[in-house]
Amino acid sequence: MTQHEQYAEDLALYALDALPGEERAKLDRHLSTCASCRLELEQLRADTALLALSAAAPRAPQRARQSLLDAVAHEPRIPVAVSQPALGRSWWAWLGWAATAAILIFAVSLWRENSALKQTLALAGSQAAESMQQLEDLRKIAAPLLEPAAQRMTLVAAKAPPQPQGKAFYLRNRGSLVFLASNMPALPPQKAYELWLIPASGAPVPAGMFKPDAHGSASVVNPPLPAGAEAKAFAVTVENEAGAATPTMPIVMVGAGE
Amino acid sequence: MSSPQRQGISADLAIVTGLKSGDQRAMAELYDRYSSVVYSVALRVLGDTGAAEDVLQEVFLQLWRKPSAFDAARGSLGSWLSVITRNRAIDTLRKRRPETDIEDVVLSVAPDFAGDAERARAAEKARGVLGAMSPAQRSALEMAYWEGMSHSEIADRTGEPLGTIKTRIRAGLLALRKAFQT
Repeated sequence: MTQHEQYAEDLALYALDALPGEERAKLDRHLSTCASCRLELEQLRADTALLALSAAAPRAPQRARQSLLDAVAHEPRIPVAVSQPALGRSWWAWLGWAATAAILIFAVSLWRENSALKQTLALAGSQAAESMQQLEDLRKIAAPLLEPAAQRMTLVAAKAPPQPQGKAFYLRNRGSLVFLASNMPALPPQKAYELWLIPASGAPVPAGMFKPDAHGSASVVNPPLPAGAEAKAFAVTVENEAGAATPTMPIVMVGAGE
Repeated sequence: MSSPQRQGISADLAIVTGLKSGDQRAMAELYDRYSSVVYSVALRVLGDTGAAEDVLQEVFLQLWRKPSAFDAARGSLGSWLSVITRNRAIDTLRKRRPETDIEDVVLSVAPDFAGDAERARAAEKARGVLGAMSPAQRSALEMAYWEGMSHSEIADRTGEPLGTIKTRIRAGLLALRKAFQT
């Protein structure tokens, strides 16, 4: 329930794209400054997804699949790089490494969003709302690196050098995780590393897939995690590229709280 | 979170990672996993198989062109696609330009219904919640969702006050939320 009751019903209409012009613009202005109403809007959109379930579920014609894949084949794209360059190995260098990598991630993310905004946003109010969202995203990503409450864990190789190393910055109450790795061995074809959150009890939770770049460096930023999951440790395994629901032994890296 | 949900999220992440790297096999995987969700929503709104196929292709191509639009940390891919599809289908139905960019559609973490069996159970539950609503409430919610009518248009059609329509729509969505939280 939002603390702004006067907007509660309009938010439901907004989530359904059923709020007309002037009222929509007014709510846009409010949303640009109200985090709790933005959260309620996101929840209401999730509620509309439940409504979508009530539709019958016929299969699309087979020709639609081929038509789509043909269209995709005519639109090859340049892969989006996700790995970060390797830097120093000392602990203190790690901090700089982590901050640099995080800033790079933020910068790329913001650049993409801004490019899209230039094309699509016509209203100044909407631009303000997007800027607030970007700021919130930035804070969310930075929180595990900066807040004292964040758990910091070092993951090291189970065997002798060369030393792969991973740093997991995890903020449990926000479900935010930044993982940075270096000196990771190259993977066999069709394989990828998978990061796992090891809870105090229960099964390991998948926390993102990653592949190292030519320097052995990689990152995972804010993978989907269950709300409030307590992390006893983090671990890394080698899995098929599609990922696994349970870790495949052996665990190649593991680390608990510092 | 159940094991099928974890598997679903892991598979979603693999698909989105593949799309970001320009892997066409990820597109085939996306289609096989979610085409029935997208097609059924588009068909329910438009009532025409050809138009529904067009929306299906448009929605999937949008994600191919801009995979970063989906934030894997927020909500399941299936839920997000159902919202995007419904909005595009309504835009088509009402012959209007899209009002919302797909990057602006953010969902809070929602249940994952990637598996056929899990989706069928959830669909039955959703229909049960709708069936338990008063006809007036269900009708207001469905006119807004499946026909894309504004609250004032619904009020004109039903002859009921604007405030009543607003209240019914919100209460209907909250009833769905409550049913899936238990």
